[in-house]
Amino acid sequence: MSTTTPLRTPEHDPYTPEQAQELHAERTGRRMSAGAFNARQLVTSLPDAFRKLHPRHQLPNPVMFVVWVGSVLVTVFAVLEPTVFSIAVAAWLWFTVLFANLAEAVAEGRGKAQAESLRKMRRDTVARRLREDGAEEEVPGNDLRVGDLVVVEAGQVIPGDGDIVEGIATVDESAITGESAPVIRESGGDRSAVTGGTTVLSDRIVVRIATKPGESFVDKMIALVEGAERQKTPNEVALTILLSTLTIIFLLVALALQPMAAYSGRQVSVIVLTALLVCLIPTTIGALLSAIGIAGMDRLVQRNVLAKSGRAVEAAGDIDTLLLDKTGTITFGNRRCTELIPVGGVDRGELAAGARLSSLADETPEGRSIVAFCAENHGVDNNGAAGDGAPAGEVVNVPFTAQTRMSGVDLDGRQVRKGAAGSVKAWIREHGGTVPSEVDDVVDAISAEGGTPLVCAEARDGSARVLGVIRLSDVVKPGMRERFEELRAMGIRTVMVTGDNPLTARAIAEEAGVDDYLAEAKPEDKMELIRREQEGGRLVAMTGDGTNDAPALAQADVGVAMNTGTMAAKEAGNMVDLDSDPTKLIEVVEVGKQMLITRGALTTFSIANDLAKYFAILPAMFMAIYPQLDKINIMRLATPESAILSAVIFNALVIVALIPLALRGVRYRPSTASALLRRNLLVYGLGGIVTPFVGIWLIDLLVRLIPGIG
Amino acid sequence: MSPTLAGLAQVGLLVVALAVCYRPLGDHMARVYTTDRHWKVERALYRLVRVNPDSEQRWTTYAAGVLGFSFVSIVLLYLLQRLQPLLPLDLGRGAVEPGIAFNTAVSFVTNTNWQSYSPEAVLGHTVQMAGLTVQNFVSAAVGMAVAVALVRGFVRARTDRLGNFWVDLTRGVTRVLLPIAFVAAIVLVALGAVMSLAKGVQITGVDGVQRTLALAPAASQEVIKELGTNGGGIFNANSAHPFENPNAWTNLFEIFLILLIPVALTRTLGSMVGDRKQGYVLLSVMGLLWAALLSVAWWAESHPNGVASLAAGAAMEGKEVRFGIPSTALFAVSTTGTSTGAVNGTHDSLTGLGGGVTLLNMLLGEVAPGGVGAGLYGILVMAVIAVFLAGLMVGRTPEYLGKKLGRREVTAAAIAMLAMPTVVLLGTGVALLLPSTTGALNNPGAHGLSEVLYAYASTGNNNGSAFGGLTVTSDFFQSTLGVAMLLGRFLPILAVLALAGSLAQQRKVPATAGTLPTGSPLFAGMLLGTVVLVAALTFLPALALGPIAEALA
Repeated sequence: MSTTTPLRTPEHDPYTPEQAQELHAERTGRRMSAGAFNARQLVTSLPDAFRKLHPRHQLPNPVMFVVWVGSVLVTVFAVLEPTVFSIAVAAWLWFTVLFANLAEAVAEGRGKAQAESLRKMRRDTVARRLREDGAEEEVPGNDLRVGDLVVVEAGQVIPGDGDIVEGIATVDESAITGESAPVIRESGGDRSAVTGGTTVLSDRIVVRIATKPGESFVDKMIALVEGAERQKTPNEVALTILLSTLTIIFLLVALALQPMAAYSGRQVSVIVLTALLVCLIPTTIGALLSAIGIAGMDRLVQRNVLAKSGRAVEAAGDIDTLLLDKTGTITFGNRRCTELIPVGGVDRGELAAGARLSSLADETPEGRSIVAFCAENHGVDNNGAAGDGAPAGEVVNVPFTAQTRMSGVDLDGRQVRKGAAGSVKAWIREHGGTVPSEVDDVVDAISAEGGTPLVCAEARDGSARVLGVIRLSDVVKPGMRERFEELRAMGIRTVMVTGDNPLTARAIAEEAGVDDYLAEAKPEDKMELIRREQEGGRLVAMTGDGTNDAPALAQADVGVAMNTGTMAAKEAGNMVDLDSDPTKLIEVVEVGKQMLITRGALTTFSIANDLAKYFAILPAMFMAIYPQLDKINIMRLATPESAILSAVIFNALVIVALIPLALRGVRYRPSTASALLRRNLLVYGLGGIVTPFVGIWLIDLLVRLIPGIG
Repeated sequence: MSPTLAGLAQVGLLVVALAVCYRPLGDHMARVYTTDRHWKVERALYRLVRVNPDSEQRWTTYAAGVLGFSFVSIVLLYLLQRLQPLLPLDLGRGAVEPGIAFNTAVSFVTNTNWQSYSPEAVLGHTVQMAGLTVQNFVSAAVGMAVAVALVRGFVRARTDRLGNFWVDLTRGVTRVLLPIAFVAAIVLVALGAVMSLAKGVQITGVDGVQRTLALAPAASQEVIKELGTNGGGIFNANSAHPFENPNAWTNLFEIFLILLIPVALTRTLGSMVGDRKQGYVLLSVMGLLWAALLSVAWWAESHPNGVASLAAGAAMEGKEVRFGIPSTALFAVSTTGTSTGAVNGTHDSLTGLGGGVTLLNMLLGEVAPGGVGAGLYGILVMAVIAVFLAGLMVGRTPEYLGKKLGRREVTAAAIAMLAMPTVVLLGTGVALLLPSTTGALNNPGAHGLSEVLYAYASTGNNNGSAFGGLTVTSDFFQSTLGVAMLLGRFLPILAVLALAGSLAQQRKVPATAGTLPTGSPLFAGMLLGTVVLVAALTFLPALALGPIAEALA
């Protein structure tokens, strides 16, 4: 598993050690609630919150705009007729607006800090542009155009995003990924992309620039984390419409109330009417809505995933089908030795010793896994102590070649080989040995189960024999099966994509517990699969890194490109994973769901709150007309003034109290929709009805002490 | 049998009768609106009005059909009333005043059947039969057509066609309303309802004074009045009149007719979307609301706190002695929960709480179980709102019946939801601003406010029942109540058809374990909560100054 390091610089580390630990626990223990929020942020964001009091900032949010207008109105009345009550209500209405601004400012503030650290790397660079005649010229990095070729050598900063067309180099990408270990970038293939602002540590490369100045990856990252280009997502727009509708209804309620009250015998003051209106309209969700959206993107950034739009994050929550590459995502990147099967009466220990010998010099991951397996399971280490003793004399390594398809060692008078069945069998016959038919059976059986059989043989004293068969298999990463079960419970279908033959693919698919698999997959097949799923009304997410993944990445509803991948892939996807960890797709889905749940939970909470506010304000407003309405003052609030003020104060304070929840997201465990709904309805629906009764009652206990109110 | 026991027996019998008809009628209606076969008589009709019954319409065309048909209906009905002296069987009742004629035309075309006139004194048999009764049929069929179009929006995928309004309208009349009404009318006549073209009979009252007892073709209109949740009586006393509703059996039968189609339409929905549970969920919400309100009304009427009522043992003022408390409460709750508006007692005389129940029942948006068609599309709109509000809590873009709820769907549902409160609150507010309103009221104070609120709640919800106690013959009331009926009917219909159009264009989203389960009791609870909460939040202040203040006094 690759480690995920949050985007950070030494000056600004958003995580305390506890938070980092929590973050880690989340990824391993799989509970989501990134906790990068502390009370200090509330204070540091205050100046921004005040700046946002300008009506221009309130207009896009109809709910808060109504509060703003109400605050102005009440202020005017409070100035004309100053009483403790009118001034207090005016003040708390302004606090309501301010707290809403604060929520947004805090959410944006966290992005700004990240943007700041990114800006540092976007310093002006001088590029060495290659002219057509092959000569170099020095130009400012900002003058580079798409298609320009530039030379970068060790110690220099890459002037812009592009693909390496010549050479190989180690590159320090820590500025983007936070990962200090340098990565290798080379021309051709899927590791050719380099990012402007990163530093070449060794060698020389020629890069073809792929983006215009100001539109580079880093520029986009800055814009994204700052929220500068933030547009409302479709669901946010729909929710805003519904919240506006509720606001209109409550406006009508307040409007119609005045003639009703007048008819009944007594007009209600504008201050009280405005207070009622502000308490009723869904200010809680209205105030926190944009913060929730910004925080959703931010939570992805904390996981080192950059979403190019909020829309993509939202789509992540809706995903029905996950396409997962087998290699690296479901299984470890390489096949591993999982079994040794001796044949022809050979002792298992003897086979282990031979297998180990033949792999000692084999530096491939497969070779190393054989050595490790023999040591762990057969006690053959320290140069084959269990069998032949230490190899004596001259040792000649025989490396694997495409022609021989074998590797091994030549010792004094003894040769040990391991390799593909056909090649090893031919080698044995060459050395005068015979191959027992049993070998073919074992080899076929392993192949049928999706493994890779390697035959191990030795030649000694002019005769050769088969020692046995080594089984190499894909090893499914631990915990994957459970993860897929969770996904299934969440209603998400997983499809494993692999280049393996159907037989192998099926075996791995069964072992890992995925719902379906696509074997011998070509990029077109992937594309076809995505189209088919979408045709059936399902949303598809996938990861990819190669240029040939680009069309599929673009077609998928959520396409996560690996940062190590090509520019084409990064352009096509709507998210980029800086850690290049394909498993993270699952976390992306969870972040998307968490964001939607947070929105729904706070909406439900906000509306459920209104009931208690009516119980506070209605008797307060009308007790003078109908004394019997005191019977519905079930909170026994002291006076009409204290009741109304308490409701207004509660309404404002609940916004502040919920800022951490909005930024962190509500607790989310992957489970079925029914289970989620039951739990959240209980917590935020029922909780939303009960909480304000308690809250308003408590506030009233304090407010009644104020002279002129109580 | 004690009155309580008799009442319980009635409720039991009613529920059993509805349960028996639920499946056959619900499935029958599903077939009616999905089959592509036309009856010969229907074909003849289509040829007559030059409609190609096999061409399907976009939502806009469908809506234009609804509006056009309703507009022409209003004009025709207005002219019929104004030209009454030229018609046969006018019984010498003369031309109807323009204000009343307008109000009545709008009222019957919008399925409201608010009556600001005294039928026995104003209308002859021809206007009743050729005008009002016809509208009782077609306005009900329009409601069903709109509901079915919405259901098609959920069922269909990737199309802009919602069906053919003219076909849906025709079939609603020929295959659903007419056959049931025909049989039911015979039953009603057999049970003692009057069916006569005579002007009336001369009788000598107990006081020795000669009087004319008006007669009318009551049974036939009575049946469709209830079946189509219309509610406009052929006599002024409506279903309290012994010629319309002679005895306890006819009373129960009429309540059964009121509830029959709205209840069965939930089965139609379940059948058409291919998931019966979805229908049960809606029905359970409707049923719970109905049962809860019935219990409160029944209790309230049995536990009055006035001196006279205490002496009588129950709130018998304004109730027919032959029906008593349970049957009146049952009728009142069923009629206000279905946009019917027929009454078998005076709602103005209900207790504070009982009157509040009938008011609240309308203010819930007529979904318990609502008018024919209007109840189904009303509760579907609320379901869309509920899914959108709380559905996000499962972590997906909200989906209902396989369709995603995005900007367009929510906008349409929001407009449909917004129309009624706007009409009711603004109407009541403006009416109370006018000094003349106080003069039009029988009662001052909280009860007077209830009377005005009731008038706009009744017209805005196309219910049509009157609390009474408010003289609505002034031009102000005739026109604003008329406008309330028009807006309360057609704004939601337009929004519902727009919603249907946008739903039909979507792909069908397959349900997974991650989809909000809308066929579960949990969702029923959520929907119930949404319906109650939205109504409570919108109308609590008004109710506090009206029935709540009255009930707590």
